Amino acid sequence: MAKITYITHDNQKYEVEVKNGLTVMEGAVQNDIPGIDADCGGGMACATCHVYVKEDWFNKIPKKEDGEEDMLDMAFEPKTNSRLSCQIVVSDEIDGLEVNIPSKQA
Amino acid sequence: MIKTDALIIGAGPTGLFAAHQLKLIGLNCEVVDNLNKIGGQCIELYPDKPIYDIPAVPECTGEELTKNLINQLKPFDIKFHLNERVEEVKKENDNWLVKTNNGTTFSTPNVIIAGGVGSFEPRKFSTKECEKFENKSLFYSVKDKKIFKGKIISIFGGGDSALDWAIELSKECNVNLIHRRHEFRGAQASIDKVHQLAKDGKINLFTQYQMASAKGDKNLESIDIKHDNNEIKNLKTNYVLGFFGLIMQLGPIANWGLNIDKKTIEVDTEKFETNQKGIYAVGDICSYPGKLKLILSGFHEGALAARACFKLARPNEKYRFEFTTSSKTIKERLGVKSD
Repeated sequence: MAKITYITHDNQKYEVEVKNGLTVMEGAVQNDIPGIDADCGGGMACATCHVYVKEDWFNKIPKKEDGEEDMLDMAFEPKTNSRLSCQIVVSDEIDGLEVNIPSKQA
Repeated sequence: MIKTDALIIGAGPTGLFAAHQLKLIGLNCEVVDNLNKIGGQCIELYPDKPIYDIPAVPECTGEELTKNLINQLKPFDIKFHLNERVEEVKKENDNWLVKTNNGTTFSTPNVIIAGGVGSFEPRKFSTKECEKFENKSLFYSVKDKKIFKGKIISIFGGGDSALDWAIELSKECNVNLIHRRHEFRGAQASIDKVHQLAKDGKINLFTQYQMASAKGDKNLESIDIKHDNNEIKNLKTNYVLGFFGLIMQLGPIANWGLNIDKKTIEVDTEKFETNQKGIYAVGDICSYPGKLKLILSGFHEGALAARACFKLARPNEKYRFEFTTSSKTIKERLGVKSD
């Protein structure tokens, strides 16, 4: 279990407990957190589960694998701390993670 | 106006198999899709990715699946309207009047929505001012490259479209290529070529930059681009091209009076009919208790929706269930010999 905080673009905070093994994207979708579309369902094929990861966390969570950076090229307003939330797997190590959701996914 | 027994919206695997089922039971149909090719997500998002859960097909790629489905439609004459998006659906007496963005109109008792997660549209710049110049001096695809001759073109993106157009246009234009990071994701040969052209001064390369604003009164005059370190550069430019891939959008479907929840359309599980009589939804775009977003579910849903279409298209005939292995009529439709 890990507590994940999702912050929407208009500063609404959602704190949820997400089971280990799920992704940060699934945590958002299952808890009806607005702003994460996840059109392709986690296939790293659409860049609509884009989040910004708080700087201190960005280096702590597992690194991007091949292909994620390519998909981020297509995300809405990508920044240096952009990630696809379907590629961040929840574990005890990321307990307390905070992610910001962009104003739009496309 | 085109009259048809059923109109299918979406040429992905579900739409294709629904067409097969309609033709098999003796109905005619036409298919509309916003993409310029048949296959939907399978062809646009994952043509090379293997799929392992199509019944009786241990492994195939999105492209192979599409090819096989098209092959399965070979015996039939089905008109595809590609590059067209359905804009409007209106009731007219017992029929639905359907209009596309190209002005094609259909009159049909049955509309099958097999739209996946929506129609594919180009991803756009997030900066507001860009809208003002869209389709005048800012484009997301190239229709006529002649208009760019001798002009300054700023191309955004890091994939093959951006690279290919940068290479092509650098022959006769002044090209700026702008990308959000140093790495490009296109074919290695194209990447090498772009770097060579940049070295030779034929392409001005700006990496780790993104669009900040587009300037100009009536015509586009210049753009501001912003570096990751917040430095801003102003580039004189006549045209801007953005290549950020495609995004799926529900689009006009949202306005047709259907029960929509989270981008999916509610249907019953007998006919896969929506809350509007004669409008069905199948595949990823439909929802009902227990819905699985699998291609195989889309096939099943399309088969049942096709039978429901029969009732409205042939109100005076009785639908008779038949097997392809034994039915003479079906074999005639397929153009195969009966035993």
